[in-house]
Amino acid sequence: MTANEPNPLILLHDKDNVLACRRRVHAGETLLIDGVPIAVSSDIDVGHKLARIDLAAGDVVLKYGAPIGSITRPTRIGEHVHTHNMKSDYMAITTRQSTGEGAKS
Amino acid sequence: MMLGYQRSDGRKGIRNVIVVAYLVECAHHVARRIVDVSADMDVHLIGFPGCYPNEYSLRMMKSLCVHPNVGGVLIVSLGCEGFNREGLQAAVAVTGRPVDTLVIQERGGTASTIAAGAQAVAAMKASLAEVPRVPIGLEDLIIATVCGGSDGTSGLTANPAVGKCFDRLVALGSTCIFEETGELIGCEQIMAGRAVTPALGEAIQACVAKAAHYYTVMGYGSFAPGNADGGLTTQEEKSMGAYAKSGDSPISGVIKPGDIPPSNGLYLLDVVPDGEPRFGFPNINDNAEIAELIACGAHITLFTTGRGSVVGSAISPVIKICANPDTYKRMPDDMDIDAGRILNGDATLDEVGGEILAEIIAVAGGARSVSELLGHQEFILTYKSFEPVGPACLPVQARRA
Repeated sequence: MTANEPNPLILLHDKDNVLACRRRVHAGETLLIDGVPIAVSSDIDVGHKLARIDLAAGDVVLKYGAPIGSITRPTRIGEHVHTHNMKSDYMAITTRQSTGEGAKS
Repeated sequence: MMLGYQRSDGRKGIRNVIVVAYLVECAHHVARRIVDVSADMDVHLIGFPGCYPNEYSLRMMKSLCVHPNVGGVLIVSLGCEGFNREGLQAAVAVTGRPVDTLVIQERGGTASTIAAGAQAVAAMKASLAEVPRVPIGLEDLIIATVCGGSDGTSGLTANPAVGKCFDRLVALGSTCIFEETGELIGCEQIMAGRAVTPALGEAIQACVAKAAHYYTVMGYGSFAPGNADGGLTTQEEKSMGAYAKSGDSPISGVIKPGDIPPSNGLYLLDVVPDGEPRFGFPNINDNAEIAELIACGAHITLFTTGRGSVVGSAISPVIKICANPDTYKRMPDDMDIDAGRILNGDATLDEVGGEILAEIIAVAGGARSVSELLGHQEFILTYKSFEPVGPACLPVQARRA
């Protein structure tokens, strides 16, 4: 992150517990999360999310100030939040290889 | 000043297209050849593949053939299919538009029907030149929006920018339509709070509940693998991003495919069939949604994409708004608007919303969108079944401006 660059992470709503990436961020890169420097543990692509705080299994994920699913396993601040540690509270999603799992219905 | 095409029902078009409409897959090739031979970017192909009759598809075809962007219609029938070709022809004829039906089995087969069709199109083109040109304003326009190939950037840039544009359009007296209740699962309560009456709010919640049930029966939500590659994790996350296209205006009503919004303002199109799931997925791809928006009178569709869709549509121009800066770099020639600049801090949502509005005015005034210039005229129509909307869905009955 350079001096001129806007923070690569966007907070969409004060209540949110995830941040969205403006650009691809890289493993080991140090980013400011609420003013605290945090080293990112993996590469995370543009548009993807990372944790704003430490999250526990069952925590509801908030983005745009709205619930968008829940956490399935402990996730540290700065960690990528995606299908490996989060699920829908409405319906399963699918990948090219398989049907989804873990949704309520 | 924009000039439109005055139609006999009072509506005004921004294009003067001839549609060649096949009524069963068996007539598709002949219809396509008539379009090819005509070699005119304003002669478009639409059609219905099925041989069994279906009330929804008849209503869709009627609505599309009398769309204000359509100046004339050539119907191509094999002859033995179940589609009510007389009903379709009558619905077009009553509007005063030139309309002709060619029945392949009565015309001596493929080659002679193609030749007769090409002649019919040429004759129609001559009469299209006589359609009165009249001033057309934003208050005459119905603008629709759809998203396709969404990713994590869609809900950050292009979708909220369309929302900003929609807010300005509604304030200027336009009619705006957003849709895909299956992509609004998770937003139903927030959305209901924007309804102009509590009963409409309940109707909106019921629509989304219907969509959730329907998709659950189908076994797949409205969530493609590319959505996850692009950073979207759940249906409700995709929904929140998609919902941003609707902006902040009050929601004036809920319509179904083929319903023309009765007033200006913002409308939600319920695209999920009524009753027990019968014919498969509600909309099998993005163009099925676009066709339904056009059947509701949409003059232009604003299409937001993160992963990079390339489609356009028959009848009404599509303006493509690219959400993702990396996608824009890879396929700039397919995009009208680069909304990804918002991510780099190079533009604000309001600025891009203004660019979209300027592009709408240009395209309504006759400028060609990128997908039009590339020849994209996708169209698809499949089987569905709907009940009419209930009285709570249309609380505003004011006449269109």
